[in-house]
Amino acid sequence: MKVKNFIITFVSAIALLFSTSVVSFAKVVGDKIILGAAVSLTGKYSSNGVHTQNGYNMAVDRINSMGGVKVGGKTYKFDIIYYDDESNPKRAAQLAERLISQDKVEFMLGPYSSGLTKAMAPVTEKYGVPMVEANGASRSLFTKGYKYLFAVLAPANLYLDVAIRTAVELNGGKGVRIAQAFEQDAFSQDVRLGILDAAKDTGSEIIIDDKLPKELNDMAATLVKVKQMKPDVLVVSGHTKGALTAIRQIAEMKVDVPMLAMTHCDAAKLSKQHGKNSQYALCASQWHKTLTYKDKWFKDGMTYDADFTKMFGYAPPYQAAESSAALLVFKDAFERANSFDQKKVRDALAATDMQTFYGNIKFAPGGQNVSKPMVLFQVMCDGGKCENKVVAPLKWASAKLIHPIPKWSER
Amino acid sequence: MDFMVFQYPMITIQACLDGILLGVLFALIAYGMALQWGVMNIINIAQGDLVILGGYIAYFMYLYGIHPAWGVIVSPFIMYFIGVGIYKLVINKVVDRDLFISILATFGISILFMQLMNFAFGADVVLANSGYGTTFLFDSNVVLPNSKIFSAAVSIVFAICLVIYMKKSKLGRAIRATAQNARAAKILGVDTEKVYAATFGINAALCGVAGALISITFTIHPYMGLPYTIRSFMIVIVAGLGNLPGVALSGMGLGVFEEFADYMLGTEFRIGSVFLLLVLILVYRRFKLSRKREYLK
Repeated sequence: MKVKNFIITFVSAIALLFSTSVVSFAKVVGDKIILGAAVSLTGKYSSNGVHTQNGYNMAVDRINSMGGVKVGGKTYKFDIIYYDDESNPKRAAQLAERLISQDKVEFMLGPYSSGLTKAMAPVTEKYGVPMVEANGASRSLFTKGYKYLFAVLAPANLYLDVAIRTAVELNGGKGVRIAQAFEQDAFSQDVRLGILDAAKDTGSEIIIDDKLPKELNDMAATLVKVKQMKPDVLVVSGHTKGALTAIRQIAEMKVDVPMLAMTHCDAAKLSKQHGKNSQYALCASQWHKTLTYKDKWFKDGMTYDADFTKMFGYAPPYQAAESSAALLVFKDAFERANSFDQKKVRDALAATDMQTFYGNIKFAPGGQNVSKPMVLFQVMCDGGKCENKVVAPLKWASAKLIHPIPKWSER
Repeated sequence: MDFMVFQYPMITIQACLDGILLGVLFALIAYGMALQWGVMNIINIAQGDLVILGGYIAYFMYLYGIHPAWGVIVSPFIMYFIGVGIYKLVINKVVDRDLFISILATFGISILFMQLMNFAFGADVVLANSGYGTTFLFDSNVVLPNSKIFSAAVSIVFAICLVIYMKKSKLGRAIRATAQNARAAKILGVDTEKVYAATFGINAALCGVAGALISITFTIHPYMGLPYTIRSFMIVIVAGLGNLPGVALSGMGLGVFEEFADYMLGTEFRIGSVFLLLVLILVYRRFKLSRKREYLK
């Protein structure tokens, strides 16, 4: 009996050894550069996780079909190993470990959301694996001194900075009175810090500073205060639930405020879910299809929008566009490094200075992209059809900002 | 702490009215929980998830161009059968066991429902627009969305219908008999198995109504169920089982409490204050119980 047990254990140990060595990948196999990614395919971030994955896949397809990546005179193609992080930071950190130590991946793409990126960054940093991420905007990601983390998007504190500055400008350079309500999460709190900075710079005053819970679905109390105190600007950031709840209750309670600035409007499909009630809302966005940035692979925003829609059957939100841009950055860095050495690729990434259809990309020492401003669009309705139109910065504006927002009684 | 809510009488009135309208809706969910708890001795942790599922039914009707208010009629029908289905699959195996087993079982159902809803409907926050407009009171210093008034009215109508049904109908009497003494009811010819299935179904149907109303007044999301479970649990604990006026009152009380906590402590402590209140009430009840025991000694 003992002998039999011993044999079974021995055989299974060998089988296990084989099975793991068969599935392990090297960083570059044959003509393939293998990137690792954990994205949220299930759980609370699954919609945006899927946008992220589609963005990555779109870029891999495009780069591979347009000649791939040339390193050392040889042409390589991109391939991505995906895992589902279940929208769970702990799981994301585990998967980063797994990708690096088991699958032997040497280059990583980021997950969706600041929270998950925060969980993965220490792991990639520990192993010296360069990670280009496209969906973690929290400022705290870029103040930790990470050397291997690069983000193609503008940091969270810049999201609504433009809105405050625009309001001050329209007020003749005088400070404005701001009411704000932010969810209690890393991202929204960073947006809040950005507003505090902008308020200080412009001499504006913050008269309501509410915090929203993560189970938010009622912000009537904040809006009653807004009705009483009549601020010049109302700023709301609480992911899609914040945007949807704010618009619903502002319309129901007929709250009049000259400027309403928010985040996550396009993720919330605001103009579709709320129609005319969402009219005049100003929304911060990393990207919009009408911007005039250009590159060789996707041409420009409009072409990207059309191609993406053809491939996946829906218009790309900015989360998809920035994810596609991450692969363009990797391709560019590999070619400039002309090597697969992680350190050399890291240095090449740090020296990135390029234009993509998504925007200019140049990394600050902290890893955040500093050469791409945020854009603001405003929901504008013509009859029953509502559209997002870029209104700031002026360079790309396709419509003129409507300010102040007409009162409910006059609509 | 912010005392603005007491400084302006209009805000005080606004907070009270908002709280009462909200509380009536909570009371409806809590009534379902109390019914089930009383009859089957089961604390249903999946209560909030049933509510959200009911909300999705109304939302899908809205997507297909039907006014979401019809969800108030359609959703309970579908939810009744889902409720009976859950009973036949899971609950009938735990109904005679101790409370702990049933809590575990319904907790499992709750997780399963969350994940299934996330899988089927996606993780987006959604809502159904009723287009009901707004009522202005006191020289438009107090504003009440008509959707909130509608949902409170519908909740009251359903609660009254249910009370009459429980009093007059044969099934209602059987349910009450089973709640009083299941064994005696069985001996006297009540098919308790059927009664249990119907009770679970009725509870799910009530959750369906509440869910449809929530999709009209607030937002729904696969993971938003738990706060509704906690609120109804708390209302039932305060009111006691089988005490409908108590459930209604404590529901409204909780609604007003939440609104005031929102104004005074900030929206971020809204749900937190409910949890805190729950702990305080449990401690108080325990204290009262121990005093009673001393007296009995």
